[in-house]
Amino acid sequence: MTTTPTVRTSSTTAKTMNFPLNAWYAAAWDREVTRKPLAVRVADTPLVLYRTEDGKPVALADACWHRLAPLSMGVLIGKDGIRCPYHGIVYNSAGRCVAMPAQEVLNPSATVPSYPVVERHRFIWVWVGDPRKADRETIPDMHQMHDPAWAGDGETINLECNYQLVLDNLMDLTHEEFLHTSSIGGDDISSSEFVVTHDEDGVTLTRWMIDIPPVPFMKAQMRNQYPGFEGNVDRWQIIHYQFPSTICIDVGVAKTGTGAPEGDRSQGINGYVMNTITPVTASTANYHWAWMRNYALDSQLLTTQIRDGIRNVFTEDTGMLQAQQKAIEANPEYEFYNLNIDAGGMWIRRFIERALEAEGRLKTAG
Amino acid sequence: MAATNSEVWQRGSVVAVTTVADGIRRIEIETSLPARADAGSHIDVTVLVDGQPEKRSYSIVDASPDGRYLTISVFRTPASRGGSVYMHTLAPGDELELTQPLQNFPLRIGAETYVLLAGGIGITAIKHMAADLRVLKADYRLVYVGRTRSAMAYLDELVALHGDRVQVHVDDEGTSLEVEQLVAATTDDTELYMCGPIRLMDAVRRSWAAAGRVVPNLRYETFGNSGWFESQEFTVAIPRLDVEVVVPTGQSMLEALEAAGVDMMFDCRKGECGLCEVRILALDGVIDHRDVFYSRRQQNAATKMCCCVSRAVTSTDAAAATVAGSRPARVAIDVS
Repeated sequence: MTTTPTVRTSSTTAKTMNFPLNAWYAAAWDREVTRKPLAVRVADTPLVLYRTEDGKPVALADACWHRLAPLSMGVLIGKDGIRCPYHGIVYNSAGRCVAMPAQEVLNPSATVPSYPVVERHRFIWVWVGDPRKADRETIPDMHQMHDPAWAGDGETINLECNYQLVLDNLMDLTHEEFLHTSSIGGDDISSSEFVVTHDEDGVTLTRWMIDIPPVPFMKAQMRNQYPGFEGNVDRWQIIHYQFPSTICIDVGVAKTGTGAPEGDRSQGINGYVMNTITPVTASTANYHWAWMRNYALDSQLLTTQIRDGIRNVFTEDTGMLQAQQKAIEANPEYEFYNLNIDAGGMWIRRFIERALEAEGRLKTAG
Repeated sequence: MAATNSEVWQRGSVVAVTTVADGIRRIEIETSLPARADAGSHIDVTVLVDGQPEKRSYSIVDASPDGRYLTISVFRTPASRGGSVYMHTLAPGDELELTQPLQNFPLRIGAETYVLLAGGIGITAIKHMAADLRVLKADYRLVYVGRTRSAMAYLDELVALHGDRVQVHVDDEGTSLEVEQLVAATTDDTELYMCGPIRLMDAVRRSWAAAGRVVPNLRYETFGNSGWFESQEFTVAIPRLDVEVVVPTGQSMLEALEAAGVDMMFDCRKGECGLCEVRILALDGVIDHRDVFYSRRQQNAATKMCCCVSRAVTSTDAAAATVAGSRPARVAIDVS
């Protein structure tokens, strides 16, 4: 399909990956969008988010049509409006001006862009690209976030790094062995086999570690379900990528030899690490994560303990990712080298690259 | 969706010119800095009027997805200020200066129902919207109004593409549009987009308000070149500055005052922003308010006018106004 494979290879390893605009991004958690305006930046587009009186989320450009004052500093007014904090121009949820204080007729040009917005999976998703292409069926499947069969919670990390570095991080979990030694790492990750597959919907990377001692975090989870549990486990990490930047990881352990690799997980515990990363600028990203489980569903204590524990683990990633971004910027003449462990991340890069190509924006990758 | 109003100028090359209706030329342009042209967008073009560069706005009728090829359609108006005369001289291979697409009339995706209303050459702003709504399988109607069929550009093409969704009204066939019926058939969830002569747009605006429809759901764009009366030559005087000039039919009051050396304040030049407002001190004749800045109350008071588009005429009676030999209207003003 291309006559210039060498060009394709080098752009796939861009150190600063550009972001597709024709894509759904999680702009905020549902709980963060209220009757008080919230300023966010998604794919380098400044937005103000709020809810109408009826509770419907709204995403407008965060700059008044008149003198570009941030609407996020304004106040909500009426059923669905927001008033510019500077000269009082009021817009409705479609971004149309409904009041201009200093004249009798509304200027027909007075609008601010309004963006397609959908509330789903406990997030507020926005589409900052061509609105004609905003198909809500393409919002990533993160149903574990709200499915009654699952429980858990998460947070957002504001990262000073390009969003693709987070995707690379999540697709290659060999880093756990070295970065997360005391919690979810373990000597068996980097030496275990993994299988990568892809289809038009995404990329899956599967890794099984058979008959190994459980890492501390997993041992604690097993003991929660099986008090006093000792012994080895079979551990799995099945990483699912969905365009543009969502990775849901099916993780767990079961007592070794009880048939988990064959599909019987009844003697183990199962979690889903939910990750959706929103590019903010070329060198910043909002990393939304949650850890969902399908056991002890009514334990708020466990929800809180796991969330706080994972927060500590992910702080180790934050430190590394930001240090990596600084090193990238400090070494502009050096390129990435790709290893076999990067296969998952490389497939993601190809998905994103093709989307950028379709938007005619591939060349602007830094 | 975005309201894009930063002008990025580029070169264009005319690749095709065809006549698509009485006095209407379709001009296809290949651009040097392609940018996507969304429905409702327009370009500003540098035209030459008496050898002098001036700026004119034209809606984009069609565009290739990447914006490399843009098509506009230009009606050569009898009272042209010179822009359409120049545009009608263009032939394939000619070069021109134009902006990337500018957007003041965005089509919002996601309304329950749409009515698209085009009057005459106003179809240029509406055609692309209809094409988008068709692809999106939206619930829309395209209402196309004209004096006579031969003056209605793209009529056959639109009927072929949109079928039952097109409603055609032709004055000389006795099927003129009943504005109140049109508005009565809309709901609070209907968005109505219109472009056409000022009489039509004003009738819809009043009917929309009278029916209690949501005001910002009525969307329209004007370039300020349509009046209640045929343009006439008139005189404008600024006693304080000891200025008196004649405004010919092919020139605006603002242009005439600028040409006379008056330091005028203005911005949009299409009767929208109100910055070119002048105070009327005395008037012999009536004001043909062509702006969308003032309310009807303010226009009737005739104490101020937007000099970029509005004019003075001799009589409110259109027939009497065109009687040869009648004394030109005269307006005395003061400026900021």
